[in-house]
Amino acid sequence: MDVTVTFTVNGQEKTITSDPQRPLLDVLREELHLTGTKYGCGEGRCGACTVLMDGQRVLSCVTPVAQADKQRITTIEGLATGGSLHPVQEAFLAEGAMQCGYCTPGMILTCVALLAKNPKPTDEEIAEEMNVNLCRCNGYVKILNAVRRAAEKMQR
Amino acid sequence: MIRDILAKTFSTGHLTAEPQRSEPFDEPGCEVDPPASAGASLSSRKRGTRLGTGLSRRAFVQLLGTGLLITVTEGVSVARQFGGRGSRESATVAARLHINQDGTITVMTGKVEEGQGPRAQLTQAAAEELRVAVDRIRLIMADTDLVPDDGITAGSRTTPYTVPAVRQGAATARELLTRLAAKRWNVDSSTLDVHNGTITHRETKQTISYADLAKSKDVAEAFKQTVPVDVTLTPVSQWEVLGTPVPRPNSRDLVTGAHRFPSDIVRPNMLYGKVLRPPSYGATLESIDLSEAQAMKDVVVVRDGQFVGCAAPSSFRAGQALEAVAKTASWKTSPHPSSKEIFSYLKEHARAGRPNTRGSVETGLAEASKVLSETYEVAYIQHTPMEPRAAVAEWKDGNLTVWTGIDWPQRAQRDLASTFQIPTERVRAIVPDMGSGFGGKHSGEAAEEAARLAKAAGRPVAVHWTRAEEFTWAYFRPAAVIECRAGLDAKGSIIAWEFTNINAGGAAIDTPYNIANTRIQSVSSDSPLRQGAYRCLAATANNFARESFMDELAAAAGADPLAFRLAHLENPRIRTVLETVAKHFDWSTRRKKVTAEIGVGLACGTEKNSCVAACVQVGIDRKRGEIKVHEVCEAFECGPIQNPANLLSQVQGCIIMGLGGALREEMEFENGKILNASFARYLVPRFKDVPKIDIHLINKSDIPSAGGGETPIIAIAPAIANAVFAATGVRIRSMPIRGGQPALRATPAGAGAAKASP
Repeated sequence: MDVTVTFTVNGQEKTITSDPQRPLLDVLREELHLTGTKYGCGEGRCGACTVLMDGQRVLSCVTPVAQADKQRITTIEGLATGGSLHPVQEAFLAEGAMQCGYCTPGMILTCVALLAKNPKPTDEEIAEEMNVNLCRCNGYVKILNAVRRAAEKMQR
Repeated sequence: MIRDILAKTFSTGHLTAEPQRSEPFDEPGCEVDPPASAGASLSSRKRGTRLGTGLSRRAFVQLLGTGLLITVTEGVSVARQFGGRGSRESATVAARLHINQDGTITVMTGKVEEGQGPRAQLTQAAAEELRVAVDRIRLIMADTDLVPDDGITAGSRTTPYTVPAVRQGAATARELLTRLAAKRWNVDSSTLDVHNGTITHRETKQTISYADLAKSKDVAEAFKQTVPVDVTLTPVSQWEVLGTPVPRPNSRDLVTGAHRFPSDIVRPNMLYGKVLRPPSYGATLESIDLSEAQAMKDVVVVRDGQFVGCAAPSSFRAGQALEAVAKTASWKTSPHPSSKEIFSYLKEHARAGRPNTRGSVETGLAEASKVLSETYEVAYIQHTPMEPRAAVAEWKDGNLTVWTGIDWPQRAQRDLASTFQIPTERVRAIVPDMGSGFGGKHSGEAAEEAARLAKAAGRPVAVHWTRAEEFTWAYFRPAAVIECRAGLDAKGSIIAWEFTNINAGGAAIDTPYNIANTRIQSVSSDSPLRQGAYRCLAATANNFARESFMDELAAAAGADPLAFRLAHLENPRIRTVLETVAKHFDWSTRRKKVTAEIGVGLACGTEKNSCVAACVQVGIDRKRGEIKVHEVCEAFECGPIQNPANLLSQVQGCIIMGLGGALREEMEFENGKILNASFARYLVPRFKDVPKIDIHLINKSDIPSAGGGETPIIAIAPAIANAVFAATGVRIRSMPIRGGQPALRATPAGAGAAKASP
């Protein structure tokens, strides 16, 4: 039985009628055409589908859409404001912290959530927090540099 | 051989319905690199003009802006450059580039961007020779309607072949434009300078831009000429754009989510498709009831022989429809060997080989004072690209357009034309920059599945493979059994070397060491899993065995592993990387500090005209059964570095990806099922696995540039195995190098260090 779910995505209110078990990822991509959020594994093991729900990192591939009801969701498309990039996006660009770029939206959003709760993470804390996110090009070194750069920049 | 395996896999899997399929692997693990013959067969094919069947003139003009129109009438239809193969056959200048009246330049290539960096590198190549800034270049990649066929994106061939092809096209264009300016001003072209897309007469300071020249019909006429292969290219010493760390041109779209990967393509009225997979390898469909799914609203169900698929307005709905038919399916299964017995299976099914011999191994062994004989094993692993296979297919007036992730758009085009029995000209394949591949996307299954469903639905259909599908129905890096035998003379020099790789292939199988008597061969076997290319092919397996065995021989000779290698090594390029890495790692000091818990090891190798050496430090945790790599120091040389930032990314990526295959990755299978088809059970490297990494890129400017995205992977596994031996005295002859194995757990602390030290 379908349910009606209302939430805001990147500041816009959306109402979706859907099977409650349908993954939030599918709804974002297929109903709202926010394709910046990626499918990587469907079991919450790679972080490509990361979005922010009320500022918290959420793996949208294992989040039934019903759980998004009345929530405030931010996807990669909603991170830049008024044409200027978020400092974390800037840091990823400055470090060249992407190869194929498929994991990049998830990496960036995980980093945003990390720095929101821990503005001065140690390298160990960064690795611990980012460990859910996979990069198969294995650009981890430059991604770590980007996280450090973003942390520094956001403290200023 | 590979053809047989594929035929077997396809005839028993979901792809059976298709009668003929061209070979999906250009570089299968069991074969030597085959570009020459593949290129020859392709070049003999006739190709018709695209106009009227594919992209319209209007669309093309819209795409390129109002510049030269000759690309429409001439360029594309004769485009057959083989810039990936180094063929002598050349395309016209117009097929390679287009000068727009706004001063921007459109460059076209058949190469695919999947994270390895050709978009930046080929942009640099064109900018360098045209004497313009990189932001003036717009690179169109991998669209069969627009680009020349540069061959498959594989084998590190973009750098040695496509970069020169693009540079030749751009340099020819610059020369032609300069000559036209000279003619216009009635001066000699040697009196003109070109800078930033503007031609200047040195004496009069008169100038004209490329854009202004492009307005003349003379340019259109001139660009009809083919690109001469002997056009003079800018020497390395004068590079201004090549050799610099140009970022990927579309990286902003990657951080904003704006870039559309193959799985992000949406077409109007599009459906999402799911395809029924057999429950195990070799299973064939005997019966199925489609009625429940057919009764579902807005669902299209297709059965064509063994092919069964559903399409619906959402992938969730398509999944429900597929479940409804899947539960009614009855399958006939067949036996399939398990991963537990794979190495004996491959050995039993090994075919006869044709060894390459030098001197006489028998004589060498007879004269040897010590003979060592060991067998190494390498497990099947998978590429697991972040983006699984994906495609959108759209039929319109009998023409098929697909957007898909594949390493060779022209292969997708040919395969689809063959499958649907339509002329090649009626198929357009577009490869948007895709979510990685590592050699794992040479075949276009998703495109074909989407096209079947789209044809039946009469609407565009997207097919996105799940992770489990990618793990199970894509292909694998071949498993290997490698048998090594060698003899040492009384002075501790190798006088005989015998090396046989069963199943994985012949990449980097020849020893770079100076040995008088050798017998080396790659023999095929009957691979139970579908296998194909993987970053650096069998060079990883061959280098693992060779460099491990070299360490065993060094120990038997009582020699330091570094000194032992250098004593047998003449190749100056390998010597350089080895000496560089040993110096930066401080090998000789750290070698003496090896303990039972901390080991160091080194390895080197050469492949694809590049050289690598690595030193690693590992920690051994016997209680937890863990090998932890603390540090990797690697030196790499691939000629003149064209983009140092991208090369660094490639080397970093190879090192960390190499840790996965070295320590943990391994396909487990039984009764035709993959047992670990998920990231929960197949453990790829994560952030916490990243060791301290110290990379030394050697810029060697007096030779041609080689690709750098593969070879840096081959030194990692053997360096780790050698470090484990140094600490524990236990020689692990398998990839992955399992820390939990009984032999390692059983070694008492302090057992190895003394034994390993000469």
